[in-house]
Amino acid sequence: MIRSLPNSPLYKYGFRVYVTLFFIFLLIPLLAVSVLAFNDTTSISLPWKGFTLDWFFADSTERLGLFADEDLLNSIWVSLQTSFLMATLSTIVGTIAALLFESFNFRFKKIFYFFAIAPLVIPGVILGISILLASTYVGGWLDTNLGIDLEIFGPGFWLVVLGQFSFGATYAMLLVAARLKKFDPELEDAALSLKASRLESIWYITIPFLKPAIIGAFVIAFLMSFSNFNTTIFLVGSDPTLPVDLYSRIKFSSTPVLNAVSFMIVLLITIVATISIFTKKQNK
Amino acid sequence: MDGNKKAFYFLFVPVALWLFLLIILPHIDLFLSSFKPNSGEDTYTLENYKAFFSDSIYWRTFINTTLYAIGVTLLAFAVSFPIAFYLTKVISPKIAGFLMLLLLIPLWVGELVTIYGWVVVLGENGVINESLKYLGLIETSLPLIYNNVSMTIGLLYMSMLFMIIPIMTTLESLDDAQIEAASDLGASKWTVFRRIVIPHSMPGIINGSIIVFMLVIGDYVAPNILGGKSSLWFTEQIYNQFLSTFNWNQGAAFGFLLLIISSVTIWIALRLSGQKLDKVGE
Repeated sequence: MIRSLPNSPLYKYGFRVYVTLFFIFLLIPLLAVSVLAFNDTTSISLPWKGFTLDWFFADSTERLGLFADEDLLNSIWVSLQTSFLMATLSTIVGTIAALLFESFNFRFKKIFYFFAIAPLVIPGVILGISILLASTYVGGWLDTNLGIDLEIFGPGFWLVVLGQFSFGATYAMLLVAARLKKFDPELEDAALSLKASRLESIWYITIPFLKPAIIGAFVIAFLMSFSNFNTTIFLVGSDPTLPVDLYSRIKFSSTPVLNAVSFMIVLLITIVATISIFTKKQNK
Repeated sequence: MDGNKKAFYFLFVPVALWLFLLIILPHIDLFLSSFKPNSGEDTYTLENYKAFFSDSIYWRTFINTTLYAIGVTLLAFAVSFPIAFYLTKVISPKIAGFLMLLLLIPLWVGELVTIYGWVVVLGENGVINESLKYLGLIETSLPLIYNNVSMTIGLLYMSMLFMIIPIMTTLESLDDAQIEAASDLGASKWTVFRRIVIPHSMPGIINGSIIVFMLVIGDYVAPNILGGKSSLWFTEQIYNQFLSTFNWNQGAAFGFLLLIISSVTIWIALRLSGQKLDKVGE
C-alpha cells in the first residue's frame, strides 16, 4: 500500500486510474482555454475552425485581440500596479509581524496574534465590505466635520491595495515566521554582545537569514493579489483590476480574447512555478 | 528608551496599525452598521435582522449555503485524501514533485480564469458537448452548465488544493515503518487506513476542512458564474445589497450573519478535534 510494500494489481492500477482522472479534471479547464485561444471563430468554445493569432493581435470591430484591447491592457496594468504595491506592503508588515510575535513578549500578545491570523478564516467578502463600510464612514466623518474631502477613502486604487493587504500581511507573516522558527537566536545574541543594537542585529543578522522566505512571501502575496476578486469587487473604483474586468466580460461579453488572456496567465504561472521549484531544489 | 524597547515599538506600531485600522475597526463598523436603518438616520434598529428572518428567501438561502458548504467540504475530503496519500506515500518523490507543480498551477492561475475554463468545458457548445456530438454519442447538447452540478464542480475545483496540502503535510510526518509494521502483523489495508493513516492525518484534515469550508461559504464567483438561477448562494445576497440595491446596512447584517456562521462552524470543528486556531495557518 506504500512504496515499500507489495501491492495487489487492483490496488495499484485502481489507484493509478483514479489519480489520472483527477489530474485530467485538474488540467482540463486550463488546457481547454489555452488551445481555444487560437481558434479562428468568435465563439469562446468549440467547434474548432482553424488556427489564428487574431485573439492576440487583431484590431478590428469584430475581432479585438488582447494586445489591441485598450480596456483589457489597462486592467492588466492596474492589476500589476496593485499587486506590486500590495505585495510590497504585505511583505514588509508581514515580516515585521513575524519578528514581533516570534521574538517579543508583550501584553495582549495572544489577542493581537488572534487578530493577525483571523484573515485566514474570514471570508474575503466580509473583509471587502467591512473595509468599504469603515473607510466610507471615516471619509464621510472627515468631510462633514472637518470639511476635508479625501479621495483615498472612497472606492478606488488605494482602497483595493489596502483591502488586499489586510489579508496579504497574514500570509506573508506565516511564511516568514516558518523560517524564523529555524533561526538560531544565538547569532543575534552574538551580535548584541558585540555592541550591535537590537534593530541593527535584526537588520544585519536576522533579515538576511530570512531572505528566501521574504522573497517567497512577496511572490505569493503578488499572486494572491493578482487573482483576487472577492475582496476587490467591493473596493474597486472606475478602473477595474483584471479579475473584475474578466468577471464582467464572462457575464456580459465573452469573446475568445478571454481565452487569450487566460492562456497568457497560464503560461506565465507555469514558468514562475517551474522556476520556483528549481530554485528550491538548488537551495537544498 | 533602551534599544530593546526601541526595537519593540519599531515593530509593534506598524503591526498595531494594520490590525486596528484594517481588521478590528472595519469589523466593529460592520457590526454597528448592521443595526442602522438604511434611511441614514442616526439610530439603532433591528430592522435589518427582522428582514432576514421574515423573508424566507434570505434565511433559506443562508441555511442552504451553509449545508451545501459542509457537503462540498466532505466531498473535497473524499476526493483529496487519496491524492494526498498517493503523492506522499505511494509514488516516487521525483514524480510527486512534478505532480505537485501541476497541482499548484490552477491555484496561482486564479479563480476567475479556472472558473471561466469550466464555462468553456461545460458550456452548451463546450468541449464536452461538442466532443460527444463529434463522436455521435448525442445529437443535442446536454445541460451540463448553470445547475448545481456545475456549481459544485467549480467550488470543489477552487478549494480542493487547500485540503490536499495540509493532509500531505501531516502524512509526510507519518513514518512508513508504522504502516509496514501494521501490515506485517496482518492488518488489512482498510484497518491500516482506519487505525493509523486517518488518525495520524486528523490535524491536516481538520485544517483543510476549515479552510475549504470558509472558501466555499464565502465564494461568489463559482456560484454566480457556474450556478443556475435556482442555485442561490448567500454571498450573492450580500453582493446584491452592496452593488445593486445599495442597501449597505442590510448587506452589513447579512455579512455579519455570514461571519457568525463561519466562525461558529470553525469553532465547533476546532472544539471537536481539540485543535487551536494558531495551528490552522501551518
